[in-house]
Amino acid sequence: MGYPHPSHPRETVLLSRHFGDAEARGLAGWMTRGGYQALEKALGMSREQVIEEVKASGVRGRGGAGFPAGVKWSFMPKQKTKPHYLCVNADEGEPGTFKDRELLRWTPHALIEGSAICAYAIQAEQVYIYVRGEFTEPIRVLQAALDEAYAKGLLGANVLGRGVRIDMTIHRGAGAYICGEETALMNSIEGKRGNPRIKPPFPAAAGLWGCPTTINNVETLCAIPHILEKGAAWYKGLSLSNPKSSGTKLFSVCGAIAKPGNYEVTMGFPMKDLLYDLAGGIKGGRKLKAVQPGGSSVPFITAEEADGALLDYEGCVAAGTQLGSGGMIVYDDATDIVYQVMRLAQFYAHESCAQCTQCREGTAWTTKILQRMLRGEGRMEDLDLLFDLGEQMTGKTICVLSDSCAAAVVSAIRKFRPDFEAYIRSGRAVAV
Amino acid sequence: MSQAGTGTGAHEPSAAAPVFEGAARRELDAVLKKYPTAQAALLPALWIVQERQGWVSPGAMAEVAEVLGLTVAYVKGVVTFYTMYHQHPVGKHFAQVCTTSPCNLCGAEGVVAALLKATGCKRMGETSPDGLWTVVEAECLGACGFATPVLVDDDLIESVTAESVPALVARYR
Ligand SMILES: Cc1cc2nc3c(=O)[nH]c(=O)nc-3n(C[C@H](O)[C@H](O)[C@H](O)COP(=O)(O)O)c2cc1C
Ligand code: FES
Repeated sequence: MGYPHPSHPRETVLLSRHFGDAEARGLAGWMTRGGYQALEKALGMSREQVIEEVKASGVRGRGGAGFPAGVKWSFMPKQKTKPHYLCVNADEGEPGTFKDRELLRWTPHALIEGSAICAYAIQAEQVYIYVRGEFTEPIRVLQAALDEAYAKGLLGANVLGRGVRIDMTIHRGAGAYICGEETALMNSIEGKRGNPRIKPPFPAAAGLWGCPTTINNVETLCAIPHILEKGAAWYKGLSLSNPKSSGTKLFSVCGAIAKPGNYEVTMGFPMKDLLYDLAGGIKGGRKLKAVQPGGSSVPFITAEEADGALLDYEGCVAAGTQLGSGGMIVYDDATDIVYQVMRLAQFYAHESCAQCTQCREGTAWTTKILQRMLRGEGRMEDLDLLFDLGEQMTGKTICVLSDSCAAAVVSAIRKFRPDFEAYIRSGRAVAV
Repeated sequence: MSQAGTGTGAHEPSAAAPVFEGAARRELDAVLKKYPTAQAALLPALWIVQERQGWVSPGAMAEVAEVLGLTVAYVKGVVTFYTMYHQHPVGKHFAQVCTTSPCNLCGAEGVVAALLKATGCKRMGETSPDGLWTVVEAECLGACGFATPVLVDDDLIESVTAESVPALVARYR
């Protein structure tokens, strides 16, 4: 539902049905809402059957990259020779994204159940839930839910009396966006600096402590109980658009929007309808200038491009951007796009782990060049310089933080070049 | 970076008192059981230190290194990677304001200015003369739909505006 707003009739609420319902947080309340039936069912199936079901549902990773979850699970070795691990990515730090926070604070048992089903399927006895350090309330709520689940035998040495062991531990982050990157997250759990690792090897071959590891986003795992309960075909059938994007997706709409919040719609929902029907249109009756539909790391699109875009993985690509995390940042026609782009570049410069030269230097110089422009000292060549930097920052580093910064900056200049040129021509200065 | 020693808040370190005794030691022992290596308990151990002492002092880093079998240099390398571990004492209340673009679009700059004014902090990262407050800018707090969020100690306060700041500050004394 459009939390904190009441549910809109055009939403399809699976994951967000109980947002704002304090009773759903507790185990008793969760049970009366159908909780843990999917886990019960999954434990009665073979591990292969569970993985096949998730594969058939077509559910794709909601953390940003959109990799099919069932396929990822199937990469885990069938013959267990070392411990297997599941990492839950609750590091949610992508600017514009605030869906996992609501899932954690309102439906912690949905996450526990989905994670337990995954752990069973991939033969993991230990699950680490990596929650960003700033999520103090979600951590409290989730820990209370874990304690209840242990007390009721839903976790621990003998889950539901089926002889399966599943332990779950919250690992609290300590302030670092990069730890949302899957291998940086694993280093952080191991007690290291959060530097991403070179891939391959991929986590399914060598993840935590070199052991086979699966990592999924909170929203991905929260969808799993629904898939197990109602079936893959049903889940797949929810899509309005094409068979490659299935199920529902939470969109965190924020920025210059009348009713910011989390809206849950089926894949393929028109972007325009989400912005105007569900989220109340642009704040203050202004006009739309630009949107980043998948968090700050995806390319900007213009109002015209947003108009015809469909919200699924393919639809966003067709519109010139990406679905990403579903954190939709809305910019109105009063926005100083040059300033906002500088602010985003500054974010990436601040969050770069500084391992790779292209990222460390590229994000810093991009920020400095944009700041110079904002001080009224920009030169026309700066735009080419930024394109050139963007190219150097793309496809050359261990992780894609650098690419993300470049995507935002380069797309903004392409789409809103007159805004940048106006700064350069007029020498107008703003405080940076 | 915040400056050491300007605050006289409740979290002033008591020189060299070890952290990992009694309840804190038991808490750490419980943490150690959840991981196959002692090194993995590093972030949790640093949280235990900061919860008890208000910051992570050089002495505490040495103690953590000792109990987990790591070098002090290694521990320091990890502490400095993460923004939430305080390497200097901070005010009694620590406020983090999000100023990333989505919040910036909704007036975060005004919230920052109002917070500095209401707390008496001269600038970001500095502790107020009465030792009550340290205010810092944070990158996206994962609550962008509730612009502008401010994390005061462990309380996330949603939808803060420049106008609502004085009442917010007055609640924390
Ligand atoms: C710089 C960076 C930050 C990321 N931050 C997050 C995050 O906060 N949460 C998340 O789920 N995925 C994040 N990801 C994506 C993860 O690396 C990974 O793809 C994801 O957790 C896999 O889960 P999924 O397949 O269920 O989406 C990030 C990636 C990068 C490169
Ligand atoms: S941008 Fe401010 S909380 Fe996300």
